[in-house]
Amino acid sequence: MEDETFTDINGKAISLDCQSHSSLCREFTVSVPKVSIGKVLVFTCSVWLLAYAVFFFTENTAVLSSAIFVTLVGMMLYIHFVKVDHESLIVIHSLGIQLSSSFASGRETTSFIEMSKIKDIVINEAIYMHQIIYYLCVLLKDPSEPDAVSSVVPLFQSSKPRLNCLVKVYKSCQEILSKC
Amino acid sequence: MVLKVFFPQCCNRADSGLLVGRWISGHDSAVVLAVVHYPFIPGQVKQYVQQMKAQSGGELSVLGSWSLPKDGQEGMESFLRDLSTIFPQERWLQINRQLGKTGFTCQVLQRDQNGKVIQRETKKKVEGGDEEEEEEEEKVIFVHYEQKKVMFSQLHPLENGVPDPKTDPPSELRQMFQSVAGSAPLFFLDRYDDGPLKSTHWQSDGREASILVELLKQASVPLCMLLGWLLSIWTWISNARVFSLFPLRFLSSKLSTCVQLSHRTEHMRTLSSAKPAAGHTHFIRKANMVVSFLVDVSLGMLLIWWLYRDDHISMLANTLVPAADHVAKELEELLQWLMGAPAGLKMNRALDQVLGRFFLYHIHLWISYIHLMSPFIEGILWYGGLSACFGLTFALSLLSDMVALLTFHIYCFYVYGARLYCLKIYGLSSLWRLFRGKKWNVLRQRVDSCSYDLDQLFIGTLLFTVLLFLLPTTALYYLVFTLLRLVVVLFQGVIHLSVDFINSFPLFAVGLRLTRSHRLAEGVKFRVLCEEPGTALHLLMEINPLKCSTVVQNYRTPTYSCYPKDSWAALIKKLFVGELIYPWRHKTTKTD
Repeated sequence: MEDETFTDINGKAISLDCQSHSSLCREFTVSVPKVSIGKVLVFTCSVWLLAYAVFFFTENTAVLSSAIFVTLVGMMLYIHFVKVDHESLIVIHSLGIQLSSSFASGRETTSFIEMSKIKDIVINEAIYMHQIIYYLCVLLKDPSEPDAVSSVVPLFQSSKPRLNCLVKVYKSCQEILSKC
Repeated sequence: MVLKVFFPQCCNRADSGLLVGRWISGHDSAVVLAVVHYPFIPGQVKQYVQQMKAQSGGELSVLGSWSLPKDGQEGMESFLRDLSTIFPQERWLQINRQLGKTGFTCQVLQRDQNGKVIQRETKKKVEGGDEEEEEEEEKVIFVHYEQKKVMFSQLHPLENGVPDPKTDPPSELRQMFQSVAGSAPLFFLDRYDDGPLKSTHWQSDGREASILVELLKQASVPLCMLLGWLLSIWTWISNARVFSLFPLRFLSSKLSTCVQLSHRTEHMRTLSSAKPAAGHTHFIRKANMVVSFLVDVSLGMLLIWWLYRDDHISMLANTLVPAADHVAKELEELLQWLMGAPAGLKMNRALDQVLGRFFLYHIHLWISYIHLMSPFIEGILWYGGLSACFGLTFALSLLSDMVALLTFHIYCFYVYGARLYCLKIYGLSSLWRLFRGKKWNVLRQRVDSCSYDLDQLFIGTLLFTVLLFLLPTTALYYLVFTLLRLVVVLFQGVIHLSVDFINSFPLFAVGLRLTRSHRLAEGVKFRVLCEEPGTALHLLMEINPLKCSTVVQNYRTPTYSCYPKDSWAALIKKLFVGELIYPWRHKTTKTD
């Protein structure tokens, strides 16, 4: 596997790990860098300084303890619900595609799409904030009307890799999907 | 082509034998359900499979052979291979496993159509001569599944009714789940049974518990009958003619205790019906009702225990009357304040005095009524508290009704204020039309232009001016009493919400999700198991449990509040125009 460095749309380094379990099954894992200590420091310091400023005027110690509480709960919620550690995509020939994302706290959400529902995997363009980004998405079809696209499931939603990474994933996905 | 073999985990270490299962039509996949061990008599196996097929009602066949050679069992290979001639199949799987290796190897023997015909005719003479060894490119994916979990899980979204096979064939996974769940009779064969056949598959470890369940089921029959009998008596009483007279019927539809009673009766009627639950959703709904009823009653018992322990009842009664007095006194002071110059506003003095005196007289009436009632309040509370043994919801509904009765004066004030205000607003709007030379056409439901006489215009303008100048006084009274009314409505709304929550929260389904998360499946997830070069791909299929929010959404009991929910904008519009608002009109709950 060549050592190519990938970045996400904001220019942060991410790593792509392709594992080929057999010729029928491939797994792609996009890992996002861990949350930086500087960010945590800035967050806690800002909350605590604000709390101290309020305490200075009100002289109520409940403000300080609630600030500690808010930081702890906020951090827990952040690592449990927001911060994604890695996202993976498993493509199994003639069975389906499995998307999973695991959060920094270890929580994992998984969903599996059966092959009969999948129309194709494509790279799409989207307007995101003030820029145009590329993203990989699975096109779903309804079994009753096989030609129409019923919905779109975007992949790697939280890591948002750039085009070069997406192209690599796309090519090897298509290799497996087209192997009928 | 890629062949998918769904293989149960419990058969991983089974002795060599035959694979029993079914092919999933339309997909290249096979579901292995059990392994029938060597030695066996082929005729008996065929008979057994036929018997099981008849019992389960699904397709069932011998898929192939399974070999896990142990010491001193060489030469099985060719024997198991020859078996394929005894059990004629389009495809014959030969799954091998070596001791000490984790991966399986699989060979597929396939016959073409002509070969099959020949095969049948010359079964004994030809030894695999017309079988074509398939080309080596045939790939196999092994998907290991846990038989117990797959058997008991319910794949969501649920299929309602019978799906049309032509338009929407069930997906592969759904078929696989159905075939495992449908072949329950196959799993009754015990490991220690002394029959002609031995097989490996999932088998229940909790036979004793299932006996208990069976006993409970037996016991529930007379219980349901008793319940049904009681219910029929209750229905007979409530259908008596006395109750269908006008004021009683109207009252009972407005009292939340009566509504809750009818709701519970409905629940009980569903529970006591002799018919077994049709389908999964209905079963879960029934179980939810039972659990929520039990929780409700136990909470009610807890409340009773608290109320009657240290004579809390009399304490409550002793605080209730002074509280009502206090509220009345506060209201009186409020009226006095309104009759002066409230917030520095200058009101129409005459109208202000009239309205104030009117309300004061009303409060006077109310206070005397309360004092008349005060000796009986303790008794009412004592007997009312007993209703909590029917459940906490009854106690809460009773509380709501009592609040409604005790704040009746506020309601009256509100109605008077609202009616006056409404009258003024309507008068003003129609006179404003007159002012502009228009009128409301009732027949066409629109505003038409109209030429009025001079007298009409004069009188109209005069009335308009009078109404306009009197509006602030009535508007002030209306505002104050509406605010009071809103406080009461809010309190009642909170009580109704909590009653509704207890009634409709799917406790059983949530408990099932928390303790046996495989029972309610959203889908599946796969994990790559082992990668030994030369063996097939092995995947582990696990059950992806349903999200808790989806569980609550799917299984909540439909509530009795069938009124359309007012939106906030509609509520504000009603308040502005002066229409009456009721707590049972804009209950903030959804109906199913």
